Amino acid sequence: MELLSLLADGFATSLSPLNLFIVILGVTAGLFIGAMPGLGSVNGVAIVLPLTFIVPPTSAIILLAAIYYGAMYGGAVSSILLGIPGASTAVATTFDGRPMAQQGQAGLALIAAAVASFVGGTISVLLFTLFATPLADVALSFGPAEEFALVLLAFTTFVGLGGDDVLKTIIMICLGLVLSTVGLDLISGQPRLIFGDLPGFYSGISFLVLAIGTYGLGEIFYTIETSKTAPTVTPAKITLRELWAGLKRMNQLWKTMSFGSFLGFFVGMLPAAGATPAALMSYGLAKQMSKNGKSFGKGNIEGVAAPETANNAASTGSLLPMLTLGIPGSPTTALLLGGMVMWGLVPGPMLFIEQPDFVWGLISSLYTANFAAVIVNIALIPVFVWALRMPFTVLCALVVVLCIVGGFAPSQKMHDVWLIFAFGVGGYVLRKAEYPLAPLVLALVLGPLMEKSFRQSLIADQGNIFVFLERPLSATFIILSAIFFAMPVISALFSKTKHRLHVPSKRPKLNKSS
Amino acid sequence: MNFDRVVAGGLVALALYIMSHAILLPIGWNGQTGGPGGGSFPFWGSVIILVCGIGILFRPVNSDASLTVEFDQSMLKSLILVIVAIGLTIALIPVIGAYLALPAFLFWYTKIYGKHSWLLSVLLSLLTPVGVFFFFEVTLKILLPKGMTEPVFVPLYALFF
Repeated sequence: MELLSLLADGFATSLSPLNLFIVILGVTAGLFIGAMPGLGSVNGVAIVLPLTFIVPPTSAIILLAAIYYGAMYGGAVSSILLGIPGASTAVATTFDGRPMAQQGQAGLALIAAAVASFVGGTISVLLFTLFATPLADVALSFGPAEEFALVLLAFTTFVGLGGDDVLKTIIMICLGLVLSTVGLDLISGQPRLIFGDLPGFYSGISFLVLAIGTYGLGEIFYTIETSKTAPTVTPAKITLRELWAGLKRMNQLWKTMSFGSFLGFFVGMLPAAGATPAALMSYGLAKQMSKNGKSFGKGNIEGVAAPETANNAASTGSLLPMLTLGIPGSPTTALLLGGMVMWGLVPGPMLFIEQPDFVWGLISSLYTANFAAVIVNIALIPVFVWALRMPFTVLCALVVVLCIVGGFAPSQKMHDVWLIFAFGVGGYVLRKAEYPLAPLVLALVLGPLMEKSFRQSLIADQGNIFVFLERPLSATFIILSAIFFAMPVISALFSKTKHRLHVPSKRPKLNKSS
Repeated sequence: MNFDRVVAGGLVALALYIMSHAILLPIGWNGQTGGPGGGSFPFWGSVIILVCGIGILFRPVNSDASLTVEFDQSMLKSLILVIVAIGLTIALIPVIGAYLALPAFLFWYTKIYGKHSWLLSVLLSLLTPVGVFFFFEVTLKILLPKGMTEPVFVPLYALFF
């Protein structure tokens, strides 16, 4: 009951005229950002973050969360209409969404994606509401040792579950950590890594600079190099009768959709997993469980519903560890976390005690964002068809200007704009060489926490390194980290024995961006 | 020499460079306070990058993990052109001001690089800075660098502030 009253208080915040307007604005912007091939939720949040200074902190975070949400809906639009995923999270939606569009069922596929996203979003927000307080209560007992162990656990999930080249993943984590140490040493206050006394480095490297560089400019560079010809847009019209038929069809898919929602929520909580693998897993499992699994890939509506419920549920799931533990579950939530810290709202259990208005306002805004997104999504389908015809060069030019101006605005230093440029080029090169970018951003955001908690624990215990193993919770996290870290080594040993038997083992390559 | 190794080599060099700066602070165990010194996180982090980078450099070329990256030659040329243009724009911002450099970039990108119509290019190049001005300067009170165009903005400041 206490939960309901907290949630009711939250709705008092999120249903205020300003925040309601913000939610609708956010999901609409998110839908367009998600629908544009090449731009996903993480790019949208990175580019829009500097613009949110215009509203109070609570509204700013609600806006960013709404963009995140909207982008998850929007990704499906270009998957279906263009056959190119609007964001990596919507890859699985192309498998059946594109064939449906080619068979003249683009409208039905879009309705299915929107409804599935709504169901996934709603179930996961309910789960979020239930889990948030208990998890925050557990996290209250965390000391620096547990914090360090938890961050370590978050990083090792990338090694164990990320699926990318292990050496490259470790490099990116360490690079993020090293970049996070630029500036003043937290304990002694001495300047470090200022590269020959460059004044711009004294304040450190902001997560925003790295995010705008890699996910803003870097993404543009990547898209310029990889997209040669403009794709063709499949027209889609939706009549009320089609809408009704679509809803009736979706009503038969409850099993697939609720399964996808639960799966997405829990997979989304893991930092290394997130929405893309959740959607792929949900698609694969739905195919196995379905009675007409053979028609998957040829335009089966279930194949649209399964990944779309999962990716929306995963985006909510990734908010849970960010808000309760201060450990983001995805690159986008890492940016949200950075944004919150910028506004003086430090995520973690204390936030639930000190800023309940903000926390529950944000949670309740997820409910309103979900409703707004499904309505705006279906109502604006004709606009999407038109907007997807927009020449890419125009979008590119505007994004570049936003990256430059938005990168300058928070610190008002040209130094940061140059850094964005450097990260843009560097991020593009690293992505081209198949280095994962998500651990880099996460490590930069979590780096200060990791170093501070590590050194604090040691100082408090006179340099006793075993302090991390003496406390039961932190020992558990450390052991789990060790298991995740050992996973690729173990699987490599297995594949080596396979090699001796001359069995070719090739893992499927997946083009992951965010 | 494939692309993968060039990038790994670059990271090794970067790690060495960072290490050379990190050693200005104590990188070892600090006996008095307990725990590592201020330079240890960046230093040992770079050591791990160094080791992993060398690992990538020296692993066999046709192992599972090695990769061949293909660049689309024609697109790579235009990409380098765009990167140079953006670099030039950023360099010009403090000199000729954001309100000349950004429209110049927009015009170049849409008209000359993107080959769009005059109407679209001119409209975009003129309206974007106006939008930026009202959003950042008037609403957020964040002043963008004006360079030599500063005097032109004095009457505008008088009007809006």
